[in-house]
Amino acid sequence: MANKRVVIDPITRIEGHLRIEVEVDENNVVQKAYSSSTLWRGIELILKNRDPRDAGLMAQRICGVCTYSHYKAGVESVENALGVVPPYNAQLVRSILNESLYMHDHVVHFYHLHGLDWVDVVSALSADPKKASELAFKYSDSPIATGTDELTAVQKKVAGFVEKGQLGPFANAYWGNKSYKLSPEQNLIALSHYLKALEVQRTAAQMFAIFGAKQPHGQTLVVGGVTSVRDILSPARLAEWKSKYEIVKDFIDRAYYADVVMAAEAYSTEPSVLGGLGVKNFMAADGMMLNRTENLFESGFIKDGDLSKVYDIDEMKIKEDVTHAWYEGDEPLQPYDGETLQKYTGFIDGDTVNGAAKVIDPNDKYSWVKAPRYDGQAVEVGPLSCLLVNYARGNEKVKKEVGDFLAKTGLPVGALFTTLGRTAARMLQTKLISDNAITTFNSLIENLKTDDSTYTKFEIDPTKEYMGRFIGEVPRGVLSHWVRIKNGLIDNYQAVVPTTWNAGPMDKNGQIGPYEASLVGLKLEDPKKPLEVIRVIHSFDPCMACSVHVMDIKGQELSQYKVNPLGSGAAC
Amino acid sequence: MDGFNAMFEKAKERIEILSSLESTKEESIESMLDKKGYDRRDFMKWAASITAMLSLPSQFTPLFAEAAKLADRLPLIWLHMAECTGCSEAFIRSDAPTVDSLIFDHISLEYHETLMAASGWQAEENLEHAMKKYEGKYILLVEGGVPTAMNGMYLTLGAQAKTGLSLVQEAADKAAAIFSIGTCASFGGIQAAAPNPTGAKGVDKVVNKPVINVPGCPPSAANIVGTLMHFLLFGTLPALDRYSRPKWAYGNRIHDLCERRGHFDAGEFVESFGDDGAKDGWCLYKQGCKGPYTFNNCSTERFNQHVNWPIGAGHGCMGCSEPNFWDTMGPLEKPLESHLVGGLNKTVDNIGTTLLSATVLGIGAHAVASMFVKNSDEQEGE
Repeated sequence: MANKRVVIDPITRIEGHLRIEVEVDENNVVQKAYSSSTLWRGIELILKNRDPRDAGLMAQRICGVCTYSHYKAGVESVENALGVVPPYNAQLVRSILNESLYMHDHVVHFYHLHGLDWVDVVSALSADPKKASELAFKYSDSPIATGTDELTAVQKKVAGFVEKGQLGPFANAYWGNKSYKLSPEQNLIALSHYLKALEVQRTAAQMFAIFGAKQPHGQTLVVGGVTSVRDILSPARLAEWKSKYEIVKDFIDRAYYADVVMAAEAYSTEPSVLGGLGVKNFMAADGMMLNRTENLFESGFIKDGDLSKVYDIDEMKIKEDVTHAWYEGDEPLQPYDGETLQKYTGFIDGDTVNGAAKVIDPNDKYSWVKAPRYDGQAVEVGPLSCLLVNYARGNEKVKKEVGDFLAKTGLPVGALFTTLGRTAARMLQTKLISDNAITTFNSLIENLKTDDSTYTKFEIDPTKEYMGRFIGEVPRGVLSHWVRIKNGLIDNYQAVVPTTWNAGPMDKNGQIGPYEASLVGLKLEDPKKPLEVIRVIHSFDPCMACSVHVMDIKGQELSQYKVNPLGSGAAC
Repeated sequence: MDGFNAMFEKAKERIEILSSLESTKEESIESMLDKKGYDRRDFMKWAASITAMLSLPSQFTPLFAEAAKLADRLPLIWLHMAECTGCSEAFIRSDAPTVDSLIFDHISLEYHETLMAASGWQAEENLEHAMKKYEGKYILLVEGGVPTAMNGMYLTLGAQAKTGLSLVQEAADKAAAIFSIGTCASFGGIQAAAPNPTGAKGVDKVVNKPVINVPGCPPSAANIVGTLMHFLLFGTLPALDRYSRPKWAYGNRIHDLCERRGHFDAGEFVESFGDDGAKDGWCLYKQGCKGPYTFNNCSTERFNQHVNWPIGAGHGCMGCSEPNFWDTMGPLEKPLESHLVGGLNKTVDNIGTTLLSATVLGIGAHAVASMFVKNSDEQEGE
């Protein structure tokens, strides 16, 4: 019997436009999977011939969710090209902004983008609020937003919608699917945290705005440093950051951590979240400067799941394949030689479980996302990769955090190599960052006693050619931006972003990427309600606008860049 | 006060019409507020702050309170075109009202891809259902520019791979009002910057109906929510400027109410980021601030519940609520030369170097800039 096709478009609760298709056999087990991005914007092309000082603010508009990642990457790739080193204060503030971004971004992802894949809102309505209130103490010594009164109010609020079939943003989801595993009481606890997180994320955004001007799309970085010197030199502003930081950290400790422990317990026997790791190569970059000598996270590459060996990254081994992407080209190319010419082939008519639709032709091109490869291999990037690389490197902080979590949940290390593990890793990364951001902050306080500099002057010589790059860890994994400057203007600009690594289509050798590989073997309860697929894909935290931007419609060949050793680290 | 009286009457009429419509909520906003522990006084304080934000006299306050109670009559459909989701992110930072009370108590959010639980076929079903059920009644909010090159195929949506262009046109046809949220939906935004490879355009360029533009990259949550509140109250487009922006939010230049304005008038400029002038909060004009050419309320509203804003953080305004600002305001960290050769720049240099009658010259510079921006007539929307 022929496989049945399931088309999911739009994948909602993500940034951007993503289509996922799977083919299931007669037992509803996924045999093949395809990932397609359906929007292209062309920002790198637009960056050409602009003032290099505009690169950060323009590249930032690649994404309004991980908004700061591309800003920092744009500014620091130009600094790398010009040989500008910003003052230590500026480096620390940039790191504080990055830490603030993570604390915002991961909380929003877990509760508002991914949470409803784990939490059945409708089930929460039949919970006993008093029991739920008591149960919350199982997962946290001092649970937050789970008093009986508060839970009763939450329940009532949502019940009002349900009774009249008016679910608002919760309407028509896959409630009642058998792969939802939380009890009604557990669902109610999480639902209350969903609402509380809407409030906390606002505080987290304010934390960023204190030194970053606003969130999203901060406006305080410039080539050479940061501009918010008055905020940095104001004890009142510093204290404001710290008090908001404490509110967010408190939520991470008492709700986010507790809820993931609760989910890990409930889902520890659910098959659809215990697979989901088809690609076992992992890459991570340096990130989170704590002081002059220490970054919280280190870089590295793990091959085929072997944690006994971590390789240093060789930038020249990064290549992008366009065999199944909507660009012309035959051979995988290094980003500096990126040769891209649009070749849109669209979709074909086909049958799906929901009837006739436009579907992907797997023998042709099918996505605006390219397929990046490292040393010819597909690679997963993101919080899970970051933790695995650092665990394997022997990073003490990471080893302790991961060890504590496994002990608390009784899960084996192998549980990390799953959809559940990917979601847990994001929480553990957030916990590590929220615990250690205060070190960065204290480093700033210490340095401000003797140094108030925030900016390094520089000049761009229009007769010279410059080239440089940024490679760093951002919320969705390894991000790199590459810039060439000529006649005082941007001559070429390339970004290779985390979601491109994860969401890319099949390559020339038929090798599929992490999204696609993570779905093969997944059994669906009901192909018309593919909750299991959504949950696996959301565990990667898709960010499509980020991943689709790489194109030079003139097919121009980019010249060679000088490759700098990885891990200057100072400003990551 | 004649104008205000007319507005007042119009608003009262509007409320009567809204009152006659069927509610989409089972429970009244009053009882919901009551359960949340808000008393009438808190509620009126909120209404008063909205009135003040819209620069209306205080007698409008009770009308806003009435309108807010009726706000759940308003079905919203929010579509994503070519964008970065920054405007949605700004929207969820709203605190007046907060996003949860906005979504659960005030409006009926029928479709929003970043927030809704349904995916795929079920999501499309929600959209079709809402467009049919609320035909002619819903507000369409669009985030992102609309790609028009290659017949719109740079963006396709849904299992039938409809183009973003066709979807936005269909949704606009059946909408009661259309709001372009952010600079991309208003004017095309970053993807429309030269050479605009996808032929990205603002929504008003691809639909045949009036569109209210709420630009900014992103607009503050206050401007997004305030524009919704205005529609609720009056039921018509607000007074708009020449770029179809609500005057209440975009009626003043950043420069007019800037906290650093005194330093501009006094001829005190930051000469280099991080210098003593920067530490003292001097004017950022020479570092490329586009406040004199930019219409928005950032100087007073700021961002993230008034926590900060670009000029507060020592970076000049980049003009993000103006059409084509990526192309016309760059380089972003240098003063404009092409617009005002011998005009504002020269005046600023004079101030900086001679300090002659600094205040008078500063006012003179202001006048020059005002002449520059007033060359197109503003229009009243209806």
